[in-house]
Amino acid sequence: MIAYILRRLVTAAIMLIIISMVTFGIFFIAPKATGTDPAVLFVGKIADDRAIAATKIKLGFDQPLYVQYGRFIKGIVVGRDFDSGPDVTHCPAPCFGYSFKTDQEVWPLLMSRLPVTFSLAIGAAVIWLVSGVLAGMISALRKRSIVDRMVMVIALAGISLPIYFTGLLAQAVFVYKLQWFPAVNYTPFFHNPALWAQALILPWISLAFLYAATYARLTRATMLETLGEDYVRTARAKGLQERRVIGKHVLRSVLTPIVTVFGLDLGGLLGGAILTETVFTLHGLGKLAIDAIGQQDLPIILGVTMFAAFFIVMANLVVDVLYAVIDPRVRLT
Amino acid sequence: MTTGLSTSAEAYTAGPPPRVPAAFLEVRDLRVHFQTDDGLVKAVDGLTFNLERGKTLGIVGESGSGKSVTSLGILGLHRTRSNARVSGEIWLDGEELISADPEHVRKLRGRKMAMIFQDPLTAMHPYFTIGAQIIEAYRTHHGGSKSAARRHAIDMLNRVGIPQAAKRVDDYPHQFSGGMRQRAMIAMALVNNPELLIADEPTTALDVTVQAQILDLIRDLQDEFGSAVIVITHDLGVVAELSNDILVMYGGKCVEYGSAPDVFYRPEHPYAWGLLGSMPRIDQEVRDRLIPIKGAPPSLIHLPSGCAFHPRCQYAEHNGIPCRTVVPDLPKDTDHPVRCLLPVPERRRIFSQEIAPKL
Amino acid sequence: MARGRKVLVATSVIGALALTAGCGGTSKTPTTPPKASGYNAALNAVVNPSTAKGGTLRMANPSDIDSFDPARTYYAWGWNMNRFYTRNLVSYDSKVGEAGLKLVPDIAKEAGKVSADGLTYTYTLKDNIKFNDGSVVTSKDIKYGIERIFAQDVLSGGPTYLIDFLDQGQRYPGPYKDSDPAKMGLKSVETPDDKTIVFKLKEPFGDFPYLLAMPGAGPVKQSADTGEKYANKPMSTGPYMMDSYEPGKSAVFVRNPNWDPATDPIRKALPDRIELALGVESNEIDNRLLAGTVDIDTAQVGVQQAAQTKIQLDPAVKANADNPVTGFIRYFSISTQVAPFNDIHCRKAVQYAADKVALQTARGGPEAGGDIATNMLPPNIAGHDPKLDPFNTKSGKPQIDKAKEELKLCGKPDGFKTVIAVRNRGKEPACAEALQQALKAVGIDASIEQSDPALYFRSTIGSPDNVHKKGYGIMTAGWGADWQTGYGYLQILIDGRSILPSGNNNYAELNDSEINSLIDKARAEADPTKAAAIWNDINKKVMDTATMLPFVYDKALNYRNPRLTNVYIHSAFGMLDFQALGVSDGK
Ligand SMILES: Nc1ncnc2c1ncn2[C@@H]1O[C@H](COP(=O)(O)OP(=O)(O)O)[C@@H](O)[C@H]1O
Ligand code: SF4
Ligand SMILES: [Mg+2]
Repeated sequence: MIAYILRRLVTAAIMLIIISMVTFGIFFIAPKATGTDPAVLFVGKIADDRAIAATKIKLGFDQPLYVQYGRFIKGIVVGRDFDSGPDVTHCPAPCFGYSFKTDQEVWPLLMSRLPVTFSLAIGAAVIWLVSGVLAGMISALRKRSIVDRMVMVIALAGISLPIYFTGLLAQAVFVYKLQWFPAVNYTPFFHNPALWAQALILPWISLAFLYAATYARLTRATMLETLGEDYVRTARAKGLQERRVIGKHVLRSVLTPIVTVFGLDLGGLLGGAILTETVFTLHGLGKLAIDAIGQQDLPIILGVTMFAAFFIVMANLVVDVLYAVIDPRVRLT
Repeated sequence: MTTGLSTSAEAYTAGPPPRVPAAFLEVRDLRVHFQTDDGLVKAVDGLTFNLERGKTLGIVGESGSGKSVTSLGILGLHRTRSNARVSGEIWLDGEELISADPEHVRKLRGRKMAMIFQDPLTAMHPYFTIGAQIIEAYRTHHGGSKSAARRHAIDMLNRVGIPQAAKRVDDYPHQFSGGMRQRAMIAMALVNNPELLIADEPTTALDVTVQAQILDLIRDLQDEFGSAVIVITHDLGVVAELSNDILVMYGGKCVEYGSAPDVFYRPEHPYAWGLLGSMPRIDQEVRDRLIPIKGAPPSLIHLPSGCAFHPRCQYAEHNGIPCRTVVPDLPKDTDHPVRCLLPVPERRRIFSQEIAPKL
Repeated sequence: MARGRKVLVATSVIGALALTAGCGGTSKTPTTPPKASGYNAALNAVVNPSTAKGGTLRMANPSDIDSFDPARTYYAWGWNMNRFYTRNLVSYDSKVGEAGLKLVPDIAKEAGKVSADGLTYTYTLKDNIKFNDGSVVTSKDIKYGIERIFAQDVLSGGPTYLIDFLDQGQRYPGPYKDSDPAKMGLKSVETPDDKTIVFKLKEPFGDFPYLLAMPGAGPVKQSADTGEKYANKPMSTGPYMMDSYEPGKSAVFVRNPNWDPATDPIRKALPDRIELALGVESNEIDNRLLAGTVDIDTAQVGVQQAAQTKIQLDPAVKANADNPVTGFIRYFSISTQVAPFNDIHCRKAVQYAADKVALQTARGGPEAGGDIATNMLPPNIAGHDPKLDPFNTKSGKPQIDKAKEELKLCGKPDGFKTVIAVRNRGKEPACAEALQQALKAVGIDASIEQSDPALYFRSTIGSPDNVHKKGYGIMTAGWGADWQTGYGYLQILIDGRSILPSGNNNYAELNDSEINSLIDKARAEADPTKAAAIWNDINKKVMDTATMLPFVYDKALNYRNPRLTNVYIHSAFGMLDFQALGVSDGK
């Protein structure tokens, strides 16, 4: 198992390097292909040729791509020095460079946005996991009942309604119409947990709604399948209480696909929930990414992409290991 | 609790209060009907039989004839989350189970009556160790410490012939071979010394050499524990070897019921002849020995009119008997009842003159 | 938004303005500002005048600011924000209406002294002007601030006019690469002593003080200059200084203890604290505005559709809304070089055939879109003449007969084929389609070619070669000026001598010697009134060439929190004057 994890970590690292190359390539070649070079993006609106030429040299865009990439990686591993005008600034490892727009170091920026995205993703994940799985189980156990039908209709709504709709609607209704929640800005958990939760409750629910729907459907389908399994019949034949049959034998099997999907969903979200963060003005990684894209702020886009890729690769690894823990038939070798 | 559609003569529809039977297990007019989108599936329709302690009953029939539904019905497993409607009476050791409190039946399940399933790979939970599953079966009914239950489980595994049981108790089902898995399954079923053991096609999924071992094991264990055993199979040969009595099912109904020698050596129902003909025998060439019954098993929603077997029966309308229109009964007044319109001498003649020589 | 460079101008002020910009002399202004309330009240008067101090001004913006570094901001609201913490030699007055367009001495004692030849501008600093660290602002700090603009490799993004006028062939690299140890190497700006600063121009340029009023011309202390990172903590000379800034999230300004109100005739400094939430979703800002938890959307480009409806349907809500012109003009440029438009009659045919009502509708109608435009100077620019309408388009209806007549005169009675170029962004394609429809009615078969917004102005229509090659007869454009004079607005669009191979702004390649010489005359004119008259003339001559088809003067429907005091639209920005605002409940 340990050897397996180590090996997977190495693979993950290689994957991240490839992703970084591809992203780096796309972000730095694509603008050239369309005729806008990154230096022009950096200079901004008044792109006079003198400024563009100076900027090119300053940012190293005059160098071949592999040199630029080498510098980028070097920055991540040991840090880099940057000319900031009057003096030279050292950007310590892991250095993802500076924002083109705000001249902020990308890494600390990412780290400062992470808690928001983390809070949003984890909170929503807990809600959707519990509610989705519960709803799916009840639905499956009461197949064809009114409850089942209602859950499935709600789930269909959850899957088909975009967060842009549900989020804005939730805000309009609960914040501005009913005034159940104040329109508060994000407060760090360690500052004030109550305010933290207050600011996040609607985003949590809106985001969770979207996912819970999928989980309810997935749980229901898996559960119905599992209920028909021979080993469930065996469990009953042993004289187990129904509670135990469902809670232990059925649930264990139902959780396997859920864990897989959950790990990947959560991993994806940790890279930033762009729409939710935008709708609810949460300054997380997703908002950072979308703002950076709007401003064509390449270093930040690159940073968030790498970050998101990291989470997804890690989530894959965790899911694979968890899978082996849940299902003894899976060998990690 | 019976349907008005009952066609069997011995249905206990009304009359005197039910008497407590003398037999250890007595099933009377058992009916299990499933409500489905396509219609009412009469999977078991008026089944009656007895079984004494220490004795073995064999139930044979093609797949789909209602054997598993019958055994699950005895265990009360149609009660939970099912579209089934169960009626009739099941008397076990003086208690009627169909009308009993579900919780009471649950407590009997796995303890007083236990079951061995057909496919041990799918019948054991893939995510729990063999040991854990046996321990669970034990502790559900006995409580006690985990370590005591574990010792008991290892002991059971030893008794069903698992080598290195103390070590293998922590293996997962997929780590066992098919035969070993079935042994483990048997260990699990026997862990609480059940008085009634139902083995539902215990050897179907196994290869021939292992089949014999498992059957020996069941026989040995029966001797040891003195349980009543129901062996379900579609292989008449297996049943004949193990059983005291044999019940032949077709289309959810009993078509022939009698002592093992009667049914095996002197079968009277054309369907039983078919089963006998399709039975593998060691002393014949593969090519010759399987004489399959032509046609497909009947639809349990729309049974054929008259005798349900008539579309496939070689003797249907034999000498003008009205097989297509008249529903044959299962006579009550004999210890070898057969559900066939052929006159008794005629079918005995047919068997001895036309069937037996070919077998 | 339309063009690369754009600080918006705007207001509903109409007519020639008496500008006394920085060239000596001040005009009389009323001592008590007019009071008002209701819809559009802040256009011509001050809503809720007050001197009550205290409370927190809560601002919000859908995106981050381009930069808090005064040398690097080019957003109109960025310039407006700078009034909180950057003081210039001269600044726009804090007055409603046309009076706001006037430059008044800010840290200079008085308006600059201009030499007789118009080439030298001399300013003397007031005493007791300090940075927030308590150090006194000297003329060298102003020169250093201006020098920073030259370091475009480090401090990009802001306007570069001062480079155009002050470099004078020196190729000054900016202070970071300046070989002068004191970093005072820019030759055209002299600081004979700590209180005096002298600008030497190569040619007379009457609008020069407007360049000095841009935030980038504000003072920066060399020892506190952190280059690229200056935006994260700029020094303040104004009433507020930055307390914190989290890019993309928020900025907070607090009172600057070293600001002396006695030296500042412009700023009110009412709230104790200014909080700016950044990156708040536009609809969310509208919700918070209407709920009263946000005071102002600093973008000031109009509320979203949902809030528009609420404002239009509820008179009580509408009473807190304003609909100012933003200073943007939407127009089509008709090429003088792409056949058959080299014939003026073919251009005139388009002028008559256009359906300006349909174009206005495509822009969003009279409130969210704007008023129908009939000439190239919007209402806020000195020289604007509302009656100038040579093609009689005020009603907006197409004039088919006249168009057909013009087609005959240019030898194409049955019409012709041409191409309309447009960015695929926002409402612009819809405008191109509206024109296409109208042209069809007179037989002109125009196809539409959409292109990438990022390249559109720089190379698609900004390169005459490309225009000729692709045969763009008609080009969709929009424009807002960086300062509100005829020169600042129109020169770059129509001067035949500023046609560039790329990044060209004179898309029609209009090169008329009469217009060119009038531009030179207006440019040298030190008297704003006279200059305005010349620009009126230029505007008329440009319209007569039929190369410009203006159709809408943009407007924005904005909402102001009723708790705000001293609310008025500032003509220089086309939006509320941020620094004047106070909060009535003191919270
Ligand atoms: N829950 C159920 N719902 C509907 N039909 C069922 C159900 N369980 C069993 N059946 C039907 O009952 C019939 C008898 O099945 P079974 O007893 O399993 O046959 P076998 O004799 O092969 O064990 C089959 O046709 C089967 O499809
Ligand atoms: S009743 Fe007729 S059809 Fe049925 S088994 Fe007997 S002979 Fe065959
Ligand atoms: Mg079966």
